[in-house]
Amino acid sequence: MQATPVQQDASRRYKSPRPDRKQLTRAGVIAVLLLFVLFGLPQLLSLYYIDTMTQVAVYSMVALGLGVLVGRVGLVSLGQVAVLAIGAWVAARLLFATTQPYPLILLEAGLITMVGGLLIGLPALRLRGLYLALITLMLAGAFSIVLATTNFPNGGHGFLGYNGSSVHIPPIRRPSIATTDPAYFRYAVVVAALMFALVYAHIRTRPGRAWIAIRQSEAAAIAAGINTTMYKLWAFALASFITGVAGGIYAGAVHFLYSIDFPAQDSIILLAVVLMGGVYSMWGAIVAALLLQLLPALLNDWGVSADWLTILFGVGVLQVLTTAPAGLADQVPKDLARLGRLILRSTGPRHRQGVSEHDRG
Amino acid sequence: MIEVKDLTVRFGGVTSLDSMNVTFEPGTCGLIGPNGAGKTTFFNVLSGFVRPASGSVRAFGDDLLSVVHFRRARWGLRRTFQTEQAIEDLSVYDNVAIVHEHARQRGTARRRDVLDAISFAGLDVDPHAKVGTLGAGQRRLVELARAVVGRPKLVLLDEPAAGLPDEETRNLADVIGRIPSRTGALTILVDHDMSLVSACCQTTAVLDFGRLIASGPTAEVLRDEQVTRAYLGTADVT
Repeated sequence: MQATPVQQDASRRYKSPRPDRKQLTRAGVIAVLLLFVLFGLPQLLSLYYIDTMTQVAVYSMVALGLGVLVGRVGLVSLGQVAVLAIGAWVAARLLFATTQPYPLILLEAGLITMVGGLLIGLPALRLRGLYLALITLMLAGAFSIVLATTNFPNGGHGFLGYNGSSVHIPPIRRPSIATTDPAYFRYAVVVAALMFALVYAHIRTRPGRAWIAIRQSEAAAIAAGINTTMYKLWAFALASFITGVAGGIYAGAVHFLYSIDFPAQDSIILLAVVLMGGVYSMWGAIVAALLLQLLPALLNDWGVSADWLTILFGVGVLQVLTTAPAGLADQVPKDLARLGRLILRSTGPRHRQGVSEHDRG
Repeated sequence: MIEVKDLTVRFGGVTSLDSMNVTFEPGTCGLIGPNGAGKTTFFNVLSGFVRPASGSVRAFGDDLLSVVHFRRARWGLRRTFQTEQAIEDLSVYDNVAIVHEHARQRGTARRRDVLDAISFAGLDVDPHAKVGTLGAGQRRLVELARAVVGRPKLVLLDEPAAGLPDEETRNLADVIGRIPSRTGALTILVDHDMSLVSACCQTTAVLDFGRLIASGPTAEVLRDEQVTRAYLGTADVT
């Protein structure tokens, strides 16, 4: 076939995606940030805040999983805290029962939770929006009742591994390389980074594009040949796997697990915070985890009641839904850039010219 | 060739398609009819979104209705929607590539095919541009590029010119008219714009209240008394 001028033009202009300068800068910033969090942060913080930051790492994974469902595929789940509890339960049971290395336990907890999450996700094949949210909330509620009767494993025997309220309860073990709190914090950050990389690999490739198509219109996605059933289940599987791994990290972090630590209503607050953080960017998951774990710890430290947060999160969600659908992760950098331009503009005519040129470009 | 036999679709008490019998020959065929005549329902049956109460559709020798809906793209079915459905958050390139990717066009070079389809649709934009930043006319062309990428056998266009200015509609008519010669796909065009239908389609079928009331060469069909009556609702003269 003869190539028309338009065709040649399009081919010439289209280059296969290559990492440009912007992407390299971004990768550099992430690397520096990660190194600081791993090696700088534990030196600067007290044990209280190191434990808090370990929880931030755990919840950044939980928020990441929910972000995949809500932001990428458009599926609202109100059962993620129950999924976290499943992961913690499985990891605890395996840690007491076996002497397997910790990474293997995390992998197993993730995979077993994935199966559980898929069961929660099955209604997603038929339902969307409010109805899916309700179903997942009810399943989570049912699960928390089951959990309240079976309890978490605490070194006992049998399938449930529950010892009754024995006087001597052995703590859940940590990996041998990370028994101290700062070391365990680093361990949690590394695992979280791996989970973020896993999600990144998904959203930049075939499943990520399929999810975007499904989010916009399921009919159009089917017409494009996308197996919507499989990709929706895939999203649930991925989110559950990550949340299961987070449960495994959580188990080692707190040493003792109690069913009251996983109330079903926490999933609602989690969704609110994830929406505030921003569901379309992976940074949103980190912002959400900071809001959910660091903020209460700070308030506690300052002697302010953490109940204020419920109000704050309510207002925050309203603000997100009305003015900033992409959340804080999108809004704050934009607002900062706007502020920066405003400051530059007010510092003299020479700058003003430079800025307006920049604006035009 | 598409052979539709005794196709009936019911939604509760409403019969959207009533024993429709029609044959579409290779080339570009029009499918017209007043609102609610069953045109989009017919497309939805072909896409697998609607299960017919009875009837069969044989497309190039295959029983199309027995193919699972999402596999029909792999079979060679492409379609556009009445309300344009290009994916806003993907680039123009990815919008077209995603069809190629999931329709599993083996042995074909994706990048070349995708860029070919984009230029065939007459889209003169940066393939990296997000579809969300494009205008209505360009988005319609993205949908058209999605419909011709790979090796389509059957292309369904549901009011592709809805909401476009005349100039862009003429441009679109030109592209649609060239689909069969370029891809070999049988193209069915649903539209209310008779000038677009007469410009693109050699043959045309007319639906009214779920029944096929006429089919044949476009010019003849448009002169048919029954067709005029269905469209204009003239008083019964007999």
